[in-house]
Amino acid sequence: MMAVHETQGEEEFADEPTEGGVDEVEARVGLAYTLKQVKRDSTARMGFYIIAFITAIAAFVSIDYYLLDYAMAKAIPFLHHPERDPEVINTLLPPVGMENGLGSGTWEHPLGTDHRGRDILTRLIYGTRIAMTVGFMATAIGLVGGTLVGAVSGYYGGWVDDVLQRITDTIYAIPFLVLVIAFMSAFGRDISYAMVGVGIASIPVFNRLIRSRVVSIREEEYIEAAKAAGVKDRNIILRHVIPNSFAPVLVQATLQVGVSILIVAGLSFLGFGAQPPTPSWGQMLAASRNYMLPAPTFSIWPGIAILVTVVAFNLLGDGLQDALDPRINN
Amino acid sequence: MSEEPLLKVENLKTQFFTEDGTVRAVDGISFEVYEGELVGLVGESGAGKSVAALSVMRLIDSPGVIVDGEVTFKGKTLVGYEETTGEPGEPPELVEREEMLTEEEMRTQIRGREIAIIFQDPMESLNPVFTVGSQLREFIELNRDLSGTEARAEAVQMLREVGIPEPEKRYEQYPHQFSGGMRQRVLIAMALACEPSLIIADEPTTALDVTVEGQILDLVEELQRKYDTAFVWVTHDMGVVAEICDRVNVMYLGEVIEQANVEELFYDTKHPYTEALLASMPRPDRTTGELNPIRGVMPEAINPPSGCRFHSRCPDAREVCRRVHPDLRAIENGDHDGDENGRVHRAACVKHDAFDVGYPESEPLENEATGGFEVGLTQEGSR
Ligand SMILES: Nc1ncnc2c1ncn2[C@@H]1O[C@H](COP(=O)(O)OP(=O)(O)O)[C@@H](O)[C@H]1O
Ligand code: SF4
Ligand SMILES: [Mg+2]
Repeated sequence: MMAVHETQGEEEFADEPTEGGVDEVEARVGLAYTLKQVKRDSTARMGFYIIAFITAIAAFVSIDYYLLDYAMAKAIPFLHHPERDPEVINTLLPPVGMENGLGSGTWEHPLGTDHRGRDILTRLIYGTRIAMTVGFMATAIGLVGGTLVGAVSGYYGGWVDDVLQRITDTIYAIPFLVLVIAFMSAFGRDISYAMVGVGIASIPVFNRLIRSRVVSIREEEYIEAAKAAGVKDRNIILRHVIPNSFAPVLVQATLQVGVSILIVAGLSFLGFGAQPPTPSWGQMLAASRNYMLPAPTFSIWPGIAILVTVVAFNLLGDGLQDALDPRINN
Repeated sequence: MSEEPLLKVENLKTQFFTEDGTVRAVDGISFEVYEGELVGLVGESGAGKSVAALSVMRLIDSPGVIVDGEVTFKGKTLVGYEETTGEPGEPPELVEREEMLTEEEMRTQIRGREIAIIFQDPMESLNPVFTVGSQLREFIELNRDLSGTEARAEAVQMLREVGIPEPEKRYEQYPHQFSGGMRQRVLIAMALACEPSLIIADEPTTALDVTVEGQILDLVEELQRKYDTAFVWVTHDMGVVAEICDRVNVMYLGEVIEQANVEELFYDTKHPYTEALLASMPRPDRTTGELNPIRGVMPEAINPPSGCRFHSRCPDAREVCRRVHPDLRAIENGDHDGDENGRVHRAACVKHDAFDVGYPESEPLENEATGGFEVGLTQEGSR
């Protein structure tokens, strides 16, 4: 038998692979593969590092908030209590090295203080918790909901598809912010409702994306082949349809985290969302608006924080789009 | 060889109910496949070969419906209906017979395990985001009771079996790193993985170049001997048929029009369409160089011609062919009825005595083959 096969050596291989060790990842989807690709794309890498940095801070402050009752904030020299008003109140101080009508900046409060004399740097840092939690959770809700609805809708087609898509269209027709505000008016002004509301409002985004992928993948021959091999519908969706939608969905999800952060900041600005004294960027921005003239820097900082974060997610999203493009074989 | 066929298809009809009308893609075909046999299903593109293959597996999706007929495999009823009723142009009311396998049974007992299918395009039949090895392993795990590591070892062994060099390394690679021929080998490995009794191969070598095709055909013959798997080999290429098939069903416009073992089909052809197919293929044993492509185009399956469906292109067509629709009948073979296994040579053409509908007296018919549409240009065509 071997003799037969040796004569087949002439048969050409496509491109002789450059690597192919045993540790090669099994799939061109998933975390390991994505990280590998991200490392190769400089835009994605930059976004990734910024996000990693902010996420690390958010994780740190979340631990401090939930488990340690701000013990770390008290222990670390340059931080202050993020919520409580300080004993000595110096309101609306400018950043260090600057002066305004109310005083000059000190190293005690490197970015200045807010209208109640709280340290802006501390509140910015502790504001990452709300921003990241809301960004990720809202996106996760939209992603899971949208993926399920979209996959079922696209795979089965017919009336199932019609019903689900008409519902989606209806949700989509209502402006995002109006939808979330209506949702929060009905259930409560709390930040967790903002999260769920934004999550539900972003279901259509993922639903449509997944559905369009599924509709085209459904016609692929490997789906027919899987069916012919006796694979269950559920497994076909899980093993073939969803992984093949992984790249565009990941890109969309990344962008959507940025969008969610922006939306929730907007909501907080309007008074829906994180309630004082919880530090959140949107609410800092809202508070600062009354002090634009005496202390313009107060509003600049949360603005910068939101900007940097949202841009980082956009950078990563764009970078991923290129890095995961299946048409580019690397 | 055993007497009971492994697969028996009787009067199978599959139609697509489209906006333009009912496409009679498979219109009452019957054929058998015996154990360990390589049976060809041959015909021009659009003849209904793929639909027939998918119908056997019950993989027809809406708007297609298997509207009638019976498919039995190893005593199990894959397709079988009580009487069917319905308006023409509408999908009929189908009442499945009790013994007909449920969708669940098809999935767990037949597909992949007993009957495997290999599709035409090896570039498209593998999921691009997973390694070849993981797909093969998944398939083995799905269908056989093996642990992950055993399944992996088995998958590597299968890759070796189908002649993929360095199977360990190849296991880790993605489909795009394989050439067409290599991918088709992977698909063959997948099909063989559960040692099914029947493999349906739908033009598996059509997308490959001739050298690679030859190698794949060699491999299939070798594996077929080794595993004694029966094959239904779908192709439009008579050369492939000649190379590997034991018996052949020739399809035209949804019907099987000739059925014979491969020698008789080639050397004692009974149907003008088969003759035309043979004439259109290069043959080393016939030195007279010219190739004769079949004249005209196959009509639409939505509105098949009356009488013999080939009458619009048949060089032997006569008036009677337009009226009488010939069924597939045994044609006497002079010295014997059927081959050594008792399988008869059948054809659906009224020019044979078995039909006796007045072909000899009938007027010749002018058509695309006899030059009727090009009168004045090619006079020598009309007799
Ligand atoms: N999904 C479908 N919808 C409508 N018509 C179809 C569909 N699939 C196949 N057909 C029709 O069925 C006939 C047979 O097709 P097919 O079996 O693919 O031919 P072959 O495999 O012999 O080339 C063709 O006329 C084709 O147009
Ligand atoms: S029945 Fe008539 S038209 Fe049909 S193949 Fe025979 S001779 Fe030709
Ligand atoms: Mg086909």
